[in-house]
Amino acid sequence: MKSYPISIKPFGERAVLMEWPNEVKETILEDILIFMDAFKALKIKGWEMSVAYNSVTMVYNQDHLDFEETKTLLLECYSNRFNTESKRVRHLWTLPVCYDPEFGMDIASVADSLHLSVEELIAQHTSHQYVVYGIGFLPGFMYLGGLPQSLEIPRRAEPRLQVAKGSVGLAGKQTGIYPQDSPGGWNIIGNCPVSLFNPSAKQPCFVKVGDKIQFEKISKAEYKLHIIEAEVGIYQPEKTVLNA
Amino acid sequence: MLKVLKSGFFISIQDLGRFGYRDIGVPISGAMDADSVKKANLLLENDPNDAVLEITMTGPTLEFQDPTYICLTGAHLSATLNNHPLVNYEVVKVEKGDILSYGRLTDGFRSYLAIKGGFLTEKIMGSRSQFIPVTATKRLKDGDEVPYKAFDSYNPMISEVKIEEHYHHDELMVHKGPEFDLLTDNKLNQIFDSSFSVSKENNRMAYQMAELIEGHSHSMLTSGTLPGTVQLTPAGRLIILMKDGQTTGGYPRVFQLSEASICTLAQKKSGDKLTFKLL
Repeated sequence: MKSYPISIKPFGERAVLMEWPNEVKETILEDILIFMDAFKALKIKGWEMSVAYNSVTMVYNQDHLDFEETKTLLLECYSNRFNTESKRVRHLWTLPVCYDPEFGMDIASVADSLHLSVEELIAQHTSHQYVVYGIGFLPGFMYLGGLPQSLEIPRRAEPRLQVAKGSVGLAGKQTGIYPQDSPGGWNIIGNCPVSLFNPSAKQPCFVKVGDKIQFEKISKAEYKLHIIEAEVGIYQPEKTVLNA
Repeated sequence: MLKVLKSGFFISIQDLGRFGYRDIGVPISGAMDADSVKKANLLLENDPNDAVLEITMTGPTLEFQDPTYICLTGAHLSATLNNHPLVNYEVVKVEKGDILSYGRLTDGFRSYLAIKGGFLTEKIMGSRSQFIPVTATKRLKDGDEVPYKAFDSYNPMISEVKIEEHYHHDELMVHKGPEFDLLTDNKLNQIFDSSFSVSKENNRMAYQMAELIEGHSHSMLTSGTLPGTVQLTPAGRLIILMKDGQTTGGYPRVFQLSEASICTLAQKKSGDKLTFKLL
């Protein structure tokens, strides 16, 4: 497997930033995940890692770091990363979306600007698998990559003060789901009834970086059913294992 | 229980933070001025992470429904217990029915009320710090009751200390951030040769500086951010992320505040003057 040039920069007293080449690429993300598994296998207490696209922010909660020492440790771990057998399981999640204009208030105008019919827009949005390149901005907010160029549309000129939880949006090269009510400037084309952040759950966010998401069109009736199922705790989003 | 008779401007339960969930986008939260909290807990012989009440700008009126011991640190808010003035860094015995109230803000911006054994609200995801959507509310309201364990007697090892407030500095010490190299000589001069004032946009998520410096057109992929990360927006605004700040961001991270300077900044309010000094 290929090795990438890795840059390591100090980031305050307790953190360092590791950067892979400045690109959004699944092969780079995979290399980052392999490194993270190798680092976890070292079982050094107190480290937190958060990935976004081509970088990992490595935070050491225990103490102040010696930068040069840390850099050596991380680079050594990177060069030995294939010696650890990765136990990571990556999933493809099928998330239901209701594209009814009641939830997707911008869908008609977005379709219009993209010279598509609403049906074509939905067909394109649901036919791709999007890679989760990071989780941040809000708890449970996924940075998804892989949006077809035909669905690229600029952000709204004026952000909305309140976008409803579950809203599915398009903005630039991105598509995603607002995990909670929030101000936001994305064009809203639907709503996903699955909660992406549950603080009382053992795993508050079921999706992991490296997983893939595919959207599935559902009717308003199915949407309401999923909401009720989720409230009583019997709804489980559909998943398949990507790498057996 | 501690009963909130009047909540004031903004009071919330905070410990030192919620660690281990950065990778799913959950900020660490916790006390903005962690140094003040550690000192109060130390005097009460508590665990450093025991939960305290963070009081911003104007104080609440509080009733103790069980006897215990308390210690105040942080901003000076003219606190009184049954109308007797209290000072910071003193372990004070309170009785059932005692009323703690606050007056004028004379120094700093965030005051802390620590209690023997800590406040015992529910721990969610490893922390008691209030943050929506992890906790249902982000602040305490009039009438809320906060649990704590009653203490009838205890002999503090130290009952009072004189400490120089760490937040009297107006210089923020910064490390180079990941995108420091974006700062041209002109930008560096603008930052280090002048003072900045805290804008009205300051809260537990971020502090914005009122003055703009030269902007930029650097575009970057979203990447990790931390409390104390100083971002530079394309318009030339410096935004310093704080404890409830988002875990990722797309603006260049030109500096990272020292941990001590995060505590200093937490005690500044809008209009206060600051300078930056590179470590």
